[in-house]
Amino acid sequence: MTEAVADYLTLVGFGPTGWGAALLAATATTLAVAATGFVLGIAIGVAVAAAKCSGSTPLRLAGDAYTTVLRGVPDLLVIYLFYFGGSAALGAIGGLFGAEGFVGMPAFATGAAAIGVVSGAYQAEVLRGAWYAVSRGEIEAARSVGMRGATLLRRIVAPLVLRHALPGLGNTWQLVLKESALVSVTGLVELLRQAQVGAGSTRRPFEFYVTALAIYLAITWVSSRLTGRLERRAMRGVRRAAP
Amino acid sequence: MDWTFLAEVATALAPGIPLTLELAAIAVVSGFLLAAPLAFAAVHGGSVGRGIAAAYVFVFRGSPLLVQIFLIYYGLGQFRPFWQQVGLWGVMREPWWCAILALTLNTAAYGSEVLRGALLSVPHGQIEAARACGMSGPLLLRRIVAPIALRAALPGYGNEIVLMVKGTALASVITLMEVTGIAGKLIAETFRAVEVFVVAGAIYLAINVVLTRAIAALETRLMRHHLPFEPPEPAGDITHG
Repeated sequence: MTEAVADYLTLVGFGPTGWGAALLAATATTLAVAATGFVLGIAIGVAVAAAKCSGSTPLRLAGDAYTTVLRGVPDLLVIYLFYFGGSAALGAIGGLFGAEGFVGMPAFATGAAAIGVVSGAYQAEVLRGAWYAVSRGEIEAARSVGMRGATLLRRIVAPLVLRHALPGLGNTWQLVLKESALVSVTGLVELLRQAQVGAGSTRRPFEFYVTALAIYLAITWVSSRLTGRLERRAMRGVRRAAP
Repeated sequence: MDWTFLAEVATALAPGIPLTLELAAIAVVSGFLLAAPLAFAAVHGGSVGRGIAAAYVFVFRGSPLLVQIFLIYYGLGQFRPFWQQVGLWGVMREPWWCAILALTLNTAAYGSEVLRGALLSVPHGQIEAARACGMSGPLLLRRIVAPIALRAALPGYGNEIVLMVKGTALASVITLMEVTGIAGKLIAETFRAVEVFVVAGAIYLAINVVLTRAIAALETRLMRHHLPFEPPEPAGDITHG
């Protein structure tokens, strides 16, 4: 038993034959692609939520179509669309300049873009809900002391929306993190892809996938602790009903 | 848009629809059967039951479904002699069974959380009332707790079913040719990602629209007693004349 444990630790450890460094680097890639996609998703989410809340009917319909389609279609399809569609577009552009054959999309950018586009649909709904939860009186009060435009947004609207949106944003972050594993199909060496490579070259898939699973669990655990703390911080001074 | 190509894509993708529906249906049903005892353990199982349920939910909700699928299909396949010994190798080497297993275990984790919330929402007074007239055990569960909890769980469980339909797409990564599997192959062959995406996406949206409609209809049916009371039509002439 101890032999098996020692053997496993050599396999995923940092020794000369260990895969530890590679797995760690891949974990960093996972975090980077997830974080990039998440930030992109917030930007898209703000725009889509604004469109859905705006008075204009075409904007609202476009926003509705966006959230319906991207929340109803498998994420893997969206990644295929971006990866192969982007490569085809690049190939066509390359063709204009005389290049031939397959032009691969940069895997990181493709993955982050696909994740951003999908998570934007979820974040739009989170932000829309948070916007409706902001009490109109606070905005009126700010307006009545002459606050307008960017100042109103920065000082009043954004903090209040954020306070209500934090739990939902925490959920979408975890979603994005898990979704980033799908980017492995484009060949980006993130955590899951690295585990696949290790499993293939050592023929020990169980050890590698268990390790990958454990790293994902560690990241989600730390994330939920952090978002919990952020939420408590954002809720300072809010009186809640007794539990 | 190239309509003939779209039609070709639709003909190519259609054979994948039964497998998509089959994976989703089996996973949802067996996932529910696993989620119910898990939720019950989380609420009434004492500290041991709570611990087991919480650990289960943590593992299966905290990690990507794709990793779970790989762990089951490739990872557990590593122990071939063991599976042969216990007579399960025929199951563990089949991608179909591995996909079903992974999807079931995954959806059970999400489903048990929905059911847990629903169990907690059963008003205490109703249980007390049932107890007061001598009901206890399975009868209490069947007549009082389950109907109230299932009604409360339905909207949340509906979301979970839609997520499962999307989740079946990952079965394509372990060679199953359901809708996304065929779509991925078509995109790689034709490089017409947009057209294939449009058709495949429309198939998933159609499935999900039908599902959400069906769940909403069921919800309205189960909520009949909450509908506003409609007074019967008064007999005779109601016009003031």
